[in-house]
Amino acid sequence: MQYIDNIIFFIAMVVGFGLFFKSLKEIYRNILLGKKIDRSDQKAERWGIMARVALGQSKMVKRPIAGILHIFVYVGFVIINIELIEIIVDGIFGTHRFLAGILGDSLYSFFTATLEVLALLVVIAVVLFFIRRNFYGIKRFTMKELFGWPKHDANWILVIEFALMMAFFTMNSSDWVLQQRQVLAAHGSFPISANILGPLFQNFSDNALIFTERGAWWFHFIGILFFMNYLYYSKHLHILLAFPNTWFANLKPKGQFTNLDSVTKEIKLMMDPNADPYAAAPEADPNEVPEKFGASDIFDLNRVQLMNAYSCTECGRCTSVCPANITGKKLSPRKIMMDTRDRIEEVGRNINKNGKFVDDGKKLLDDHIQREELWACTTCNACVEACPILIDPLSIIVEMRRFLVMEQSAAPQELNQMMTNIENNAAPWQYNQADRLKWATEN
Amino acid sequence: MDFTIKTMAEYAAEGKAPEVLFFVGCAGSFDDRAKKITKAFCKILNKVGIEFAVLGQEESCNGDPAKRAGNEFVFQMMALTNIEIMNAYEVKKIVTTCPHCFNIIKNEYPGLGGNYEVLHHTQFLRKLMEEGRLKIEGGTFKGKRITFHDPCYLGRANGEYEAPRQLLEKLDAELVEMKRCKSNGLCCGAGGAQMFKEPEPGNKDINIERTEEALSEKPNIIATGCPFCNTMMTDGVKHFNNNEVTVKDIAELLAEAEDL
Repeated sequence: MQYIDNIIFFIAMVVGFGLFFKSLKEIYRNILLGKKIDRSDQKAERWGIMARVALGQSKMVKRPIAGILHIFVYVGFVIINIELIEIIVDGIFGTHRFLAGILGDSLYSFFTATLEVLALLVVIAVVLFFIRRNFYGIKRFTMKELFGWPKHDANWILVIEFALMMAFFTMNSSDWVLQQRQVLAAHGSFPISANILGPLFQNFSDNALIFTERGAWWFHFIGILFFMNYLYYSKHLHILLAFPNTWFANLKPKGQFTNLDSVTKEIKLMMDPNADPYAAAPEADPNEVPEKFGASDIFDLNRVQLMNAYSCTECGRCTSVCPANITGKKLSPRKIMMDTRDRIEEVGRNINKNGKFVDDGKKLLDDHIQREELWACTTCNACVEACPILIDPLSIIVEMRRFLVMEQSAAPQELNQMMTNIENNAAPWQYNQADRLKWATEN
Repeated sequence: MDFTIKTMAEYAAEGKAPEVLFFVGCAGSFDDRAKKITKAFCKILNKVGIEFAVLGQEESCNGDPAKRAGNEFVFQMMALTNIEIMNAYEVKKIVTTCPHCFNIIKNEYPGLGGNYEVLHHTQFLRKLMEEGRLKIEGGTFKGKRITFHDPCYLGRANGEYEAPRQLLEKLDAELVEMKRCKSNGLCCGAGGAQMFKEPEPGNKDINIERTEEALSEKPNIIATGCPFCNTMMTDGVKHFNNNEVTVKDIAELLAEAEDL
């Protein structure tokens, strides 16, 4: 019976990680629903961007307060996860603070002291984030698209992080008192626990302290497993996907849109003076699926765009700089990303249920994203510039406009007029091409 | 114009090639306000003695408004037409006064077989200035406050924030920055084919928001580097019944400084 703890621990770990990898597999499967896109060029540059933007948080600090608080939570998260190694080894083998033996006492003290300071910074940041998000009336946190789950999700993340850090401190504090009483071997240094929380535990009996220490240790571990699995349902997925998302980012100038190859072929044929207008159409490949222009659903978007949607943490920096949104139009680049993810997940559930996707009569366009939103975009790239992890909402907007115009001829009337003018007069206005040089002879 | 604007066809007939092709663009060719920018730029080129040509009647819309609206067919029709003509003239270097022409020819034409060195006029003029060919005496603007509105398709889209500012600095005026400038610049509201339609319903028009911001800097002049920004800001200034502030393209300001 003495191994019962270790066995329970091991089972919890396997189940926790197992479910987590199952979720990851599902996300990966869903991302593959998108069209292939080759973003494997310029590898050195891509690693550099990932190091700077995802690891180095270079775009987060553009808004210094949120940026610095975010760095506290982020660095705290990364380093505290090193402790997960210790938890796992201690849990499986029933050891106590096994890293102390590996690192040596002075290095281990440095390690635990660093963790304590970071954990305190995380607590401070998380509390400030909670206050800021809920009571400051910051516009990007109070917008309609955040009503319901997105808002609760954001708060749950903060609550869970707070609870995990509190468990960590409780564990260290009781451990520290036990070390003082020489019940446990003395390992590590705990500047915060010893000075702030430790005194509260002084009056506990040894048994109560051992119980508290173990309780907090288990809470911390189970909490991490829970949080890991919560990611699948949460915007917090960005802690993982920010890395591939920045690696696969678009490296071309922001103003450069893709040229559709299928269109080029058509137009070249149209312009070819040697093409025989009466020639029979070439034998069509019966298996060929006619290419669809633009995007009306997630299947028409590329895989990076779908990953973008999963990576979005709904911070709303894009929307807060969007000229259309600032002036009260319906467009919100953040909502474009949230809608895209909602639709991917809807399709994912459909596949889980039916084994493959069965038409559900819904689309990303109209059922999630409204035309009015799409037509309000000025393609100014402010949203793309603002995203801390290089998400590109504009590319989705453009793909959907392409669908509206080329598949449905559903552009606003004035734009149809403009496009007709270009076709007829080679200018967006109704002027005669022969008058193009008139300015040169005017005064 | 008190000098002759030559076309690529005329150069070709003489068996010569100009130093640079000036791609005028639709706004620059047809819009009364934008034509002034076109002329100002030509006057500077003429003064410096640059051999340049335009396509004239052979020029077509670059395709930008169609492309941004989602019409790849119309875009490529225009692009391939322009490319065919420019390649036939063996064009190497292109300058534009419109960031939309600049962006699309620089970034999207290469994929369709049009490879050129493309410069925005502020980049071209800065180069001339650096080479000592263009000398700017800014006396006329001494004591004036100028604020520059970054065009999205020059700035964020292509990362050029400095060329227009370096030219403006030569004017001896006080250059004041709006809160939203450079990579944080706010759109004028015309991009993405919005120029050609009524905005979607909202609280206010984007150009009003932007002009408000520009006017809050108490400038004498709002400088622009894009004919569409120019129109939007001019309309914005009119909206506030402001008769003191003028909206001018950098080419116009330079031409004025030189009394051209």
